[in-house]
Amino acid sequence: MVETDKKEQTTTHKIGIYLWIWGLLFVLSFFSYMVDWYQFQGMLRWSLILIFMFLKAGLIMAFFMHLFWERYALVNVLLWPMTAIACFIFLMVAEFKYTLFTRLLYFFVGG
Amino acid sequence: MSDPKIEGYEFKPGYSGMAQDTASDQTMFKGVHWGKAMMWIFLLSDTFIFSCFLISYMKGRGSTTVEWPNPSEVFGLHVFGVDVPLLLIAIMTFVLITSSGTMALAVKYGYEKNRKMCGWLILATAIGGLTFVGMQAFEWSKLIHEGVRPWENPFGAPQFGSFFFMITGFHGTHVSIGVIFLFIYAYKTFAGHYDERKRGWFTSMKGDYVEIEILGLYWHFVDLVWVFIFAFFYLW
Repeated sequence: MVETDKKEQTTTHKIGIYLWIWGLLFVLSFFSYMVDWYQFQGMLRWSLILIFMFLKAGLIMAFFMHLFWERYALVNVLLWPMTAIACFIFLMVAEFKYTLFTRLLYFFVGG
Repeated sequence: MSDPKIEGYEFKPGYSGMAQDTASDQTMFKGVHWGKAMMWIFLLSDTFIFSCFLISYMKGRGSTTVEWPNPSEVFGLHVFGVDVPLLLIAIMTFVLITSSGTMALAVKYGYEKNRKMCGWLILATAIGGLTFVGMQAFEWSKLIHEGVRPWENPFGAPQFGSFFFMITGFHGTHVSIGVIFLFIYAYKTFAGHYDERKRGWFTSMKGDYVEIEILGLYWHFVDLVWVFIFAFFYLW
């Protein structure tokens, strides 16, 4: 998978791997558009959207941004902070549920 | 893609290599160009900015008691007498992925010192980005014409407009800045600045094709953010 030019000391990858990833991204984008085209609803829609989204993001980061071939010291520094975002999402889910609850209570029930 | 060769230092793979790189009391990102490490740190901070936007969008959409506008109708187009849902957004997605692919190939040809091929691919990427920004301008003017404002819109919850303009506007700004830099780097590549190791404008660093990879990281990040915006804002 890795060709090394001894004189220039540069490392590049075969063109095939980029074309494959490119094609896969097209197919996955087409699939996620189809989710809307066929108007899937409910859990099926959300899980399909998330699966295609994470697959596309993973392919772009791993191969187009070369994270698959980088040193772990860099990869870990970049990926661990994402857990903070995950925590933030959970906090804000609790927050919007509470806001919705109070709005429904005071707007419609009348506290 | 880093060149794992430092004299007198043995690179170990995997987690033992990570422990060694981190604990060796020298530079941490060994074999990684400083510009590339800095671009990654910048992209990490940018990730947090876009996450905050998308999380606030989640909070706003989740907490409103008014029904949220249906994106596949709002962003639908009427072509040849048929209503096609999300058509413009789908085309924009494909354009951006295409430009991401040409950028990845430009990085590869740059490292192979294939100056012409690298330059043409960067130019193709820039034109793809320009097409994207153009279609986004069309989308914005269409929605503004239909009466979407940051504080109200005819389709449903008034928060829709503010989140739409904020998130897509910030992303569009990133694309526009990327397009400007792509044109500059296409010129620099064609002019042979990286083959002659010519210095840049604000740096004493000698020109090197690693700069194409750094630019590529930014461009792929813009595509990456669009993946999330497409999923959460347009499809959800």
